[in-house]
Amino acid sequence: MFTSIKELVAQAEGTTIGEIMLRREAEHSSREQALADMQESLNVMRAAVHKGMEGVTSHSGMTGGNAQKMHQYLQSGHALTGDTFLRSITYALATNEVNAAMGVICASPTAGSCGVLPGVLLAAQEHMQCSDEDVVLALFCAGAIGLVVANNAMISGAAGGCQAEVGTASAMAAAALTQLRGGTPTMCAHAMAMALKNMLGLVCDPLAGLVEVPCVKRNAAGAANALTASEMALAGVESYVPWDEVIEALYKVGQSIPLALRETAQGGLADTETGRAWKRKLWSGGWKEPASV
Amino acid sequence: MKYRSVFDIIGPVMVGPSSSHTAGAVRIGLLARRLFGRAPERADIHLYGSFAHTYRGHATDVALLAGVLGMNTDDPNIPRAFALAQKSGLTYAFHAEAAVPDHPNTTRIVLTAQDARISVTGVSLGGGLVQLTRVDGFELRLSGENPALLIFHEDAAGTIAAATQLLAQSNINISHMEVSRTEKGREALMVIETDQQVPPDTVHDILQQKHILKIVQLG
Repeated sequence: MFTSIKELVAQAEGTTIGEIMLRREAEHSSREQALADMQESLNVMRAAVHKGMEGVTSHSGMTGGNAQKMHQYLQSGHALTGDTFLRSITYALATNEVNAAMGVICASPTAGSCGVLPGVLLAAQEHMQCSDEDVVLALFCAGAIGLVVANNAMISGAAGGCQAEVGTASAMAAAALTQLRGGTPTMCAHAMAMALKNMLGLVCDPLAGLVEVPCVKRNAAGAANALTASEMALAGVESYVPWDEVIEALYKVGQSIPLALRETAQGGLADTETGRAWKRKLWSGGWKEPASV
Repeated sequence: MKYRSVFDIIGPVMVGPSSSHTAGAVRIGLLARRLFGRAPERADIHLYGSFAHTYRGHATDVALLAGVLGMNTDDPNIPRAFALAQKSGLTYAFHAEAAVPDHPNTTRIVLTAQDARISVTGVSLGGGLVQLTRVDGFELRLSGENPALLIFHEDAAGTIAAATQLLAQSNINISHMEVSRTEKGREALMVIETDQQVPPDTVHDILQQKHILKIVQLG
């Protein structure tokens, strides 16, 4: 196994980070089984994007329908940025809107951040016209990066804030995209580090504790950040701070984020007038089944 | 290392909205149900820390109950858990506790049916990964990710050797094992996590050994 990005990149010399992760996973089951399981995860990701594009609404009514709006905007031809960028953020929104509506998603690394990775990879796949096999190997690359962050820092908002969730997801997506585009393991590691650095300090402050506002839109931001980091890495830009030191910084920042800003719905956006109103409304009432998921 | 598999990161496939507060909660509920080994008539679910603060927003209560009903993290019926519990005659109550737990996402589930009762404490670590920390009076650290045997036995010399001997004879490799007891010479619990599923014959043979009281198997 590998315990640091440095070790991971050394092991991946001459091959890819995804291939190294696949070999490690095959030790528990088999290569065929691991590939089939990851293909299943990819299928779930794709289905969630489609579902979200059709339009869903969460139980609270706070989120939903924005992926649809983005898709219409994309088709209108009025956008400034390119097709792949717009599709990335649209798919990220779609996935997280489905999550908020209690639909089926694949956590990557968490449910609150499940839109970033499929957003980036599925949009890139459409642009590159590459096979599912290539995307599956990119998902193994993303998983390897996530494992190192999870074991050396944290990946839950309650433990380390949003930087640990959307930040990690963005770092995973940046590395995976870089691999998919033919970048070296070293480039993948730089993409990871640059994406993570840009997310340091981001707090977890959801309104009434729901994984909706600001989580859904932060997934779009995480996807945009991953594209930025990957493009820089493929251009040869390198992270000034070494990869594993960035993860250590994430851990230390996570520990020093006040409890009120770690998924307790007590600070930040949760403590605005709007946030407090939602808390009063929601926490006094009981659970009602959503009309449809 | 807490996270070992790539599917701890890319996964679980789950019903939203939160891997720690929804999927993790389903898993703890389901593990409690499997340990109980039968359909409970009543579930008392105690919530601590972040679970106690935000359970309504994350549907943690719905998720825990769905697990107790036997559902897994990707079951599309999870949102209907309250209605399904009512239909199946399961009564339930949630108790938001003020006590500060060691881990922010902690729950204690008490299941009862006629004269049977079990108390299971679990924490949700993030990303859907969980750990059971207490079963009845016994401390443990069980992820539920691997096949496991929970062997309740009298605290007597040779009991552990007898059980592990039988596993060795069946070519079952032990990946993790721990033992705890309520007090010296009284009831004890050995938790044996294995690489392979233990065959029913072997479980039966262990149960026949002296001092063994009860075995619960997790697949």
